[in-house]
Amino acid sequence: MTATSENLSMVETPGVAWRKQIRFALIGALSTAFIALAGMPVGLDGRSIIQPVLSMGFLSLLWVPFVLATIAGSEVVLEGMTARTRDSKDLLAGGIVGLGSAGGLVLLMVLIQNFNLRDPLVNWSPQLLNLLSFNRSLAVGGLLWVLLGLILGVFGGAMHVLPKKLCSRIRTVVLSVFAVSVLETFLTDLLEGFRLEVLTDFVYYKRGGLEVGGALLVAALALLIPLLVGTRIRDVKKQVVDLPAEERKRVNLILLAVSAALLLVLPFFLGKIANELLANVGLFVLLALGLNVVVGLAGILDLGYVAFFAVGGYTTAVLTSPNSPGFSPELPWPIALIVVVVLTGIVGLFIGAPVIRMRGDYLAIVTLGFGEIIRLLFLSDWLSGWFGGAQGITNIPGVDVGIGTVKGTDPRSVFLLVLVFCAIAIYVSWRLENSRLGRAWMAIREDEDVAEAMGVNTTNTKLMAFVVGAVLASFSGAIFSAKVGSIFPTSFLMLVSIIILVVVIVGGMGNIAGVIVGALVLIGVLGGPKQPGLLQEFSQFKLLIYGALLVWMMLKRPEGLVPNVRRTRELHQDEFLQDAWLKGEIDTGDQEELS
Amino acid sequence: MHLGGLRCNSTTVTLGTDVATTHDAKRISRVLWVDRFLTFIRLAFVVVIAVGLFAFIAQQIDPQNPLARWLNPDATGLTAPQFKGLLVTGLAQGAMYGLIALGYSMVYGVLGFINFAHGEVFMAGAMSGMITSNKLADAGLWEDAFLFCLAFVVITSILISTAVAVIMERIAYRPLRGAPRLIPLITSIGVSFFLQNVSVVLLGPGAKSYPSLPTWLSQKRSLLGFEIEGTKLVVLLTAAVSMAGLWFLVERTKTGKAMRAVAEDKEIAALMGIDVNRTIVTTFAVGGAMAGVAGILWGILFRSVIHTTGFLPGIKAFSAAVVGGIGNLGGAMAGGLSLGAAEATAPLVLLEPLGVDGVSQLRDAVAFAVLIFVLLVRPSGLFGERLSEDDRA
Amino acid sequence: MLQITDLSVTFGGLHALKDLQFEVDEGEIVSVIGPNGAGKTTFFNMISGMVTPTAGDIVFEGESLLGLDPSQVTERGIARTFQNVRLFANMTILENVMVAQHCRTDQRVFGALFQTQAFKAEEDAIRKYGEEVLSFFGSRLVGYRLDQPASVLSYANRRRLEIARAMATRPRLLLLDEPVAGMNPRESAELTELIGRLRSEWGFTIVMIEHDMSVVRDVSDRVVVLDHGETIAQGPYSQVANDPKVIEAYLGRPVGSEQTDEEVRP
Repeated sequence: MTATSENLSMVETPGVAWRKQIRFALIGALSTAFIALAGMPVGLDGRSIIQPVLSMGFLSLLWVPFVLATIAGSEVVLEGMTARTRDSKDLLAGGIVGLGSAGGLVLLMVLIQNFNLRDPLVNWSPQLLNLLSFNRSLAVGGLLWVLLGLILGVFGGAMHVLPKKLCSRIRTVVLSVFAVSVLETFLTDLLEGFRLEVLTDFVYYKRGGLEVGGALLVAALALLIPLLVGTRIRDVKKQVVDLPAEERKRVNLILLAVSAALLLVLPFFLGKIANELLANVGLFVLLALGLNVVVGLAGILDLGYVAFFAVGGYTTAVLTSPNSPGFSPELPWPIALIVVVVLTGIVGLFIGAPVIRMRGDYLAIVTLGFGEIIRLLFLSDWLSGWFGGAQGITNIPGVDVGIGTVKGTDPRSVFLLVLVFCAIAIYVSWRLENSRLGRAWMAIREDEDVAEAMGVNTTNTKLMAFVVGAVLASFSGAIFSAKVGSIFPTSFLMLVSIIILVVVIVGGMGNIAGVIVGALVLIGVLGGPKQPGLLQEFSQFKLLIYGALLVWMMLKRPEGLVPNVRRTRELHQDEFLQDAWLKGEIDTGDQEELS
Repeated sequence: MHLGGLRCNSTTVTLGTDVATTHDAKRISRVLWVDRFLTFIRLAFVVVIAVGLFAFIAQQIDPQNPLARWLNPDATGLTAPQFKGLLVTGLAQGAMYGLIALGYSMVYGVLGFINFAHGEVFMAGAMSGMITSNKLADAGLWEDAFLFCLAFVVITSILISTAVAVIMERIAYRPLRGAPRLIPLITSIGVSFFLQNVSVVLLGPGAKSYPSLPTWLSQKRSLLGFEIEGTKLVVLLTAAVSMAGLWFLVERTKTGKAMRAVAEDKEIAALMGIDVNRTIVTTFAVGGAMAGVAGILWGILFRSVIHTTGFLPGIKAFSAAVVGGIGNLGGAMAGGLSLGAAEATAPLVLLEPLGVDGVSQLRDAVAFAVLIFVLLVRPSGLFGERLSEDDRA
Repeated sequence: MLQITDLSVTFGGLHALKDLQFEVDEGEIVSVIGPNGAGKTTFFNMISGMVTPTAGDIVFEGESLLGLDPSQVTERGIARTFQNVRLFANMTILENVMVAQHCRTDQRVFGALFQTQAFKAEEDAIRKYGEEVLSFFGSRLVGYRLDQPASVLSYANRRRLEIARAMATRPRLLLLDEPVAGMNPRESAELTELIGRLRSEWGFTIVMIEHDMSVVRDVSDRVVVLDHGETIAQGPYSQVANDPKVIEAYLGRPVGSEQTDEEVRP
């Protein structure tokens, strides 16, 4: 640091930006009113978080003042400045945002009472009004909301005033209670497998949601566990990082082996619901890993990705089902899979070759067009002699693996099969990413012209990405076909492509671990295009959330929610400061070198 | 952080473009297998079109002759009124695509990215038209003062569509100016998806219908030897008027000049004292207004609207913009008309004689095929694209 | 080594280059200078296959480069850097030089998936050669920096990495587009010396576009002056610097007397 920047660091950031607070208050008002009109409070009321205190419906409104107040209160501390000390003014600022959010709701309640706009707005109902006013009069309900908004807003503002440690504790507690409640189906299923029903019976209410006592227990655990193990985990982590590379590799290998073994054993302790859920997640992990190669590594935005899924599914169906209308060899699944892989690879080449030279955005639309064309062809009467048109192909047998048959009625076996293929896909992505081909993909993603000038044959390399992506999707299609037992064109809407894209983006483009976590969270909790997730009540809102998530991610975190370990590992803060060109300073590294 | 995106605007205006226009530059390349394959696909397209046309002509001469029966044993042939009817339907829809395409084309010209969500702006126009017209019908005004009502409906839906487009620009796209190309594109897909589902949660998932139109409007009239339904006539006329208005705006007013300048080079335009942000907003607004008009036209033509209404017409309109040459406004309208005509006639003129069953199901596939064919044969569109050097790379 | 005859290119009726004659012999360092807009970068783009000339021929080691893709040109042994540094910003420094060896290596999917001996050996070789190339610039680009993304580098180091990346393609002819632009005098003096060593130690033939006359004077055997797409002078620096036509092209000022003038770029 030079002398000037030390002087600069005395400068504090200016005080509360009141204008910003008011803007956020307005955003809050619009958000709550929108959420109410979207029908979330009514639609989600059936799902309780903590019985009988809090339901998902109310939570859909209550997070708004808190989160918005927190966001409105966060300030960017510019290089060389110090953050100012936060004071009661920040609480007031949070309160304003909270009040605004509540205000929107109160205004909506007044409007609902006095006007009837039920005709275009389907959720404009007395039911909504009743719910919002807590089954009491409008005045009482309104007052309650104002109070709630104020409290939550102040609380949100307080997240900047309270000590950092306390805030993170609060966050852990809140998030754990929420997570335990969301994971209810899964956890009960899991604990039943371990014969620990006692535990779930205590924590969960009979008809869904946490008991108050259970919630308190979870909160207490969330507080205590980090206190007990928190530092120890960090120590162990540090020890591992400090190990020499060889040993670190071995530790990682052991960890990998243990988690793989756990994963393989897990299905046997899970019930039908959880296995089914995880099998669905696995199918999307496969798809997302494939799209990750295309979008994340090679930077090609393929919006017709579902086409490969469809080709994989349909080819399997035609080859294995006795009901296939045109050509019905009734091959066993493993042999069919070989044909599927080869055929999808060829389709990948066929779709890839014409589009590969196009500009990125044209390519997106044209692949989308191909995706639709393929679906329309499967749907058409013209080819119904082969693919059954709208009736699809039914009676697809399961996968015969010697010890038993893998099919949809036995989700455990499907999950195991999916696990195997996910492992293959992860291995393939990981190895390819760290190879000559993977580097070429990344170079193309970064700057295609320069990659070409550095000797990368961009056409072939991009086609390769298409083919690898297609093959991974075809795995998913083949398993999907065997799992569901029948196949229809409606399973392959363009929607599927978009949902896979959201998974990849949320997880982080080019980040294998991120993509897996993204699929787990999104498909597992919210659900896939047709597959329900843990929050079944969300099914009517999940597409809305996917869309909003995609926009928000692009605006705020285009690199994805899960940090890319490989890229961030070495990024120490002080290294960033070396960007002398941007800061107008002399490169310190060079100075040492030359003097 | 993104060095790759830091494309220095070279000091020399025309010569120093370091960014090679790899896609446009002609190559006497030593042929790769991909190129051979592309040539094969182009040829295949041409052969299908030629054989289809040939079989069509044969079938028109006599459905019983062996050439017609060769591929399609049930060949019947089209009567002249049938063909004219198809053509008029196609052109009317094409005019609508053209109006939507203008928005794609203008935004692409100015910002260099596909605003995927433009189809949803169109949907918003159609939806708001549905709401206002139904309200007016409930009030009993729709039948009595139809023209007045129509004007009112058009104005509200223009306002709503414009507002949606402008808000969209402000919230989703403005923060992303200068980001790598893929980012705003993905964002616009998200916006599109979001808006569709906003419509679902607010207005419900089902299809909603417009009130019925007065008979004097929907009855057929004959014009220049064509039997045209009044509604289609209205669509064609409205499109022509809107197009003329837009042409005037872009070519004859100061705002239009600013838009053209910004499309050419944002930085230079800013140096010339043009408020770039405002001009971009205007572009979105004008595109939105056109989409609003198109939304009403959709309502008049099909009298039914659902949240996915914007998706296919949106994609087709983008195809129309590409077919006409992106950035080229006249081209967008011409592209829309040709695409509409092609997708209406091609199934019966090309595919049916080839012996394809259920051709009407393949209309959308035909539209996409037209897009692919044009991009393979003439990537800069039929009428040439108008883009700044920057956007072409 | 490289013969260019009657090379012309027009953009929309404007001659970016006109009937250019140009020759480089093995082991030479040739500087191309000229005022802005003289067509220097277009000239490079044409050699590297990014722009196709309208007329003329480019022959490298007896083979015409016309109609080759940029990657094929690189494969034949010509590598370049860019005027406005264009690194793969989100790839690590090592990866930047590793990817540049793409056309010199040939392991494909099979090797990567099954981790064959050949694959491992090739990866090692790529890595080793990459590190060797990077260590040419001292300790700046090696050590802990190897695994950092290129975007954290300082401007001067970005330029260095770009040269390293071009070196990693194992070229015989190196095209440097303003290698010292934006560097301070000390850095550019150091790089001038390195350019000399690129020839003596690595055996590269070098063609360089440069505005900094002190670099041009110190390192080049021959100077070619372009103006409005035409060659107006050729020869050793001392001769070119006194050529009245060149002086005129540079707004009547004697070249070399005000060296810093041209460094300042908008």
